[in-house]
Amino acid sequence: MEADIIRHKPAKRLGGIFSRRILLDICLISAAIAFFFIFPNNLGFMTRVLVMIIMVLSLDLVLGYAGVATLGHAALFGSGAYAAGIFAVYISANPLLGLVVGALAGAIIAFFSGLILMRATGLTLLMLSIAVAQVLFELVNSERDLTGGSDGLLGIDMDPVLGLYAFDFYGKTGYWYALAVLVVVFILLRVFVASPFGLVARGIHASPERMRAIGTPVYWRLITIYTLAGGIAGIGGAVSAQVTELVSLESLGFNLSAEAMIMLILGGIGRLYGAIFGTVIFMTVHHFAASVDPFNWLFVIGILVLLVVYVVPEGVLGLPEKLRKHLGMAK
Amino acid sequence: MTAGLEIRNLYKSFGGLKVAQDINLDLKSGDRKALIGPNGAGKTTFANLITGILHPDSGSVRLNGVDISGFKESKRVKAGVAKTFQITTLFKSMTVRENIRLPILEREGKSQHWFGRAERFSAIEAEISKILAQFNLLKFEETPVRDLAYGQQRLVELALTLALKPRILILDEPAAGVPSADSHMITDALERLPDDLSVLIIEHDMKLVFKVASKIVVLVNGAILTEGTPEDISQNQQVRDLYLGAQHEH
Amino acid sequence: MSVFFGILVDGVSYGMILFMISVGLTITMGLMRVINLAHGSFALIGGATAHWLTSEMGVGYYAAVPLAVLATMMVAMVLEKVFYRKIYQFTELQQVLATIGITFLCIATVNYLLGSTILPIKIPEVFTESISLGFRSMPVHRLVVIVMGLVVVVALFLLLERTNFGIQLRAAVDNRTMADALGIDTVRIFALSFSLGAGLAAFGGILGAELLPVEAYYPLRYMVLFLVVVAVGGMGSIAGSFLAAIGLGIIDTAARYIVPEYGTIFFFVVMMLVLALRPRGLLGRI
Repeated sequence: MEADIIRHKPAKRLGGIFSRRILLDICLISAAIAFFFIFPNNLGFMTRVLVMIIMVLSLDLVLGYAGVATLGHAALFGSGAYAAGIFAVYISANPLLGLVVGALAGAIIAFFSGLILMRATGLTLLMLSIAVAQVLFELVNSERDLTGGSDGLLGIDMDPVLGLYAFDFYGKTGYWYALAVLVVVFILLRVFVASPFGLVARGIHASPERMRAIGTPVYWRLITIYTLAGGIAGIGGAVSAQVTELVSLESLGFNLSAEAMIMLILGGIGRLYGAIFGTVIFMTVHHFAASVDPFNWLFVIGILVLLVVYVVPEGVLGLPEKLRKHLGMAK
Repeated sequence: MTAGLEIRNLYKSFGGLKVAQDINLDLKSGDRKALIGPNGAGKTTFANLITGILHPDSGSVRLNGVDISGFKESKRVKAGVAKTFQITTLFKSMTVRENIRLPILEREGKSQHWFGRAERFSAIEAEISKILAQFNLLKFEETPVRDLAYGQQRLVELALTLALKPRILILDEPAAGVPSADSHMITDALERLPDDLSVLIIEHDMKLVFKVASKIVVLVNGAILTEGTPEDISQNQQVRDLYLGAQHEH
Repeated sequence: MSVFFGILVDGVSYGMILFMISVGLTITMGLMRVINLAHGSFALIGGATAHWLTSEMGVGYYAAVPLAVLATMMVAMVLEKVFYRKIYQFTELQQVLATIGITFLCIATVNYLLGSTILPIKIPEVFTESISLGFRSMPVHRLVVIVMGLVVVVALFLLLERTNFGIQLRAAVDNRTMADALGIDTVRIFALSFSLGAGLAAFGGILGAELLPVEAYYPLRYMVLFLVVVAVGGMGSIAGSFLAAIGLGIIDTAARYIVPEYGTIFFFVVMMLVLALRPRGLLGRI
């Protein structure tokens, strides 16, 4: 029988994967620390990468784990950014409180838009998610007095983190701050995706019909997942507002949503690390291609995107496995 | 109040098409009933009315005396009504073990835990192993379902559904698509279902029906034509003309 | 009254442009179930070619328009063969990504060849004049757009209802498997309708250059607009797209006249309402 051929994998392998992951985590954190000293003049860019990773991780939860394809993740990120920015300008410049406010804003927007979005699928869902972001974009644009409109929200002046580490002109504190938040978010997500609820998310991705047939109210579970993702994207937005001391309209723009999706798929969906690698690769290519020729970097990105879809649909993280299979067959 | 499922005067129509007309059916604890009927008789619609994918225009579905006809699908599952699909509907990218873990977590109300690993409940893990052993699936526990043969996927679906500990089990053509060489696996599994479980099996394969069911309900044009033991049904001239006869002609 | 008339004229002509550009998209999305984000590229290619022909090659407007439309249709044929044949089998997500990639390449190509500034298309003098309708006057350009839009609607109707190709196309949109089984060459049908849709988009892009200026980032800037028309109208429904395009055109124009500070917000709110109530769009069945 066909299935008998499949070798039974011993449970020991799980332990192997686990320790390999920890090794990878240590490598990644060491790299992040090393980059601080190797590229002291690029701290601004590297901080933007860290912030973007938070946003793409949040998208991975929705798209990679629960399998819900949206194109409006900027709505959640931007809400967090504006909420944290406005909070800092008018109420309190405490960074950690700002993070909470950003997370709440992202989660609230996600919850209410989720009530509409999570009923839809396919093109309708893509369009509705784009529309949510566009409506917020226009609202923020028209409420100039509060948000600064198209000039962006200015006048953010953050207090030192924990009262100890002031944000400096070179962005040193900003880098460590963003890295710290990212590490916390990543650990939280790692715990979450391994939890029963993470299994539920994957179950909804694999078969919503079957989930309903085992008694899961899929719609409400999706709203919960989307709300959580909204909170995380909101944290990303808040960090962005705090370290750059500026919130621009682009943080709610369609391009940001589309780029986040490209980054995620570039790295590989549904594995968290894909969000990290995809974001780093995309933003680095963007950074260098745009600095060489600011007008034609779209060539590079366009080709990169098509290569991913046509050659490695599993994303960059799928490459080693693909190679191994290829070599295995050649033997 | 009756134990089991009690369906009374069920009506449903799509536009002008009457797909369920005054259906009355009882399913008591331990019953093994088969629902047969020609194509388009409304068998799957009837199953969907019981499981809550569709809602009836009028009539009632009572489970142990409680009217569940207003319940949504997920709530009916919690009340004890489970089904298998005509075409296997599983979590194909997940391992067999994970496929069984999900329904048990849901049944035990642990599916909303955000922290701690999904496989940390030792009682649940023991139960999964027990179910897998019962269906001879233990050796595939870490295999993704999509890599299994179709007959085995069928067994996983049955195991997954039983893991919900239902009181009423609706089986929609459980042997459909399974190569005849493997169909004994399904029959064996059906014969070993828990004694107190009420089973309604929708099936085309008469051999399987006669083997498993103690009562047969014949559905034609959305209405029940007759109900009886396999012997009654096989001798009923009306049924022979309408259904068995028609099948022989093919 | 004059505001009302202005809204009506501008709204309907805007809607006609949206319809011409989006109608090809609704056919391809209905027929192949492809989420195609690159469709605006064809309007860009048409507009950019028309700009190049009229401004740099000295070709007259009336010759440049059909030439640009034909050129776009040929590019679409090639893209269909090279990229889209594979895209049909992709998952939804891969389709989104692949067509975004194609969009980027189109933008970069136009940008490389013609720069990133607005690419004006020299229109005949007569278009800029006003024409009296007896009770009121309107710009000739708007009248041309509306008349051309109606011509396209009628031509499409005749093509779909009265020709063999139309019958086959409708059969394929309704039920692809069935059409295949009946011996309809759906691959050819699709290639043809894809290129026809691209040609219409090019035509709409050229005619609409006054309302939606042609420039390299065109496909990305207006991508959402065209997709909204398809989603609201219902994938695969030409009549639905027409209704949606005219309706959204009027709503958006009215909002710009009456509450300009809220930008395109009404456009999106209306779309959300429609899709929340009718997830398959006004006339969609898929």
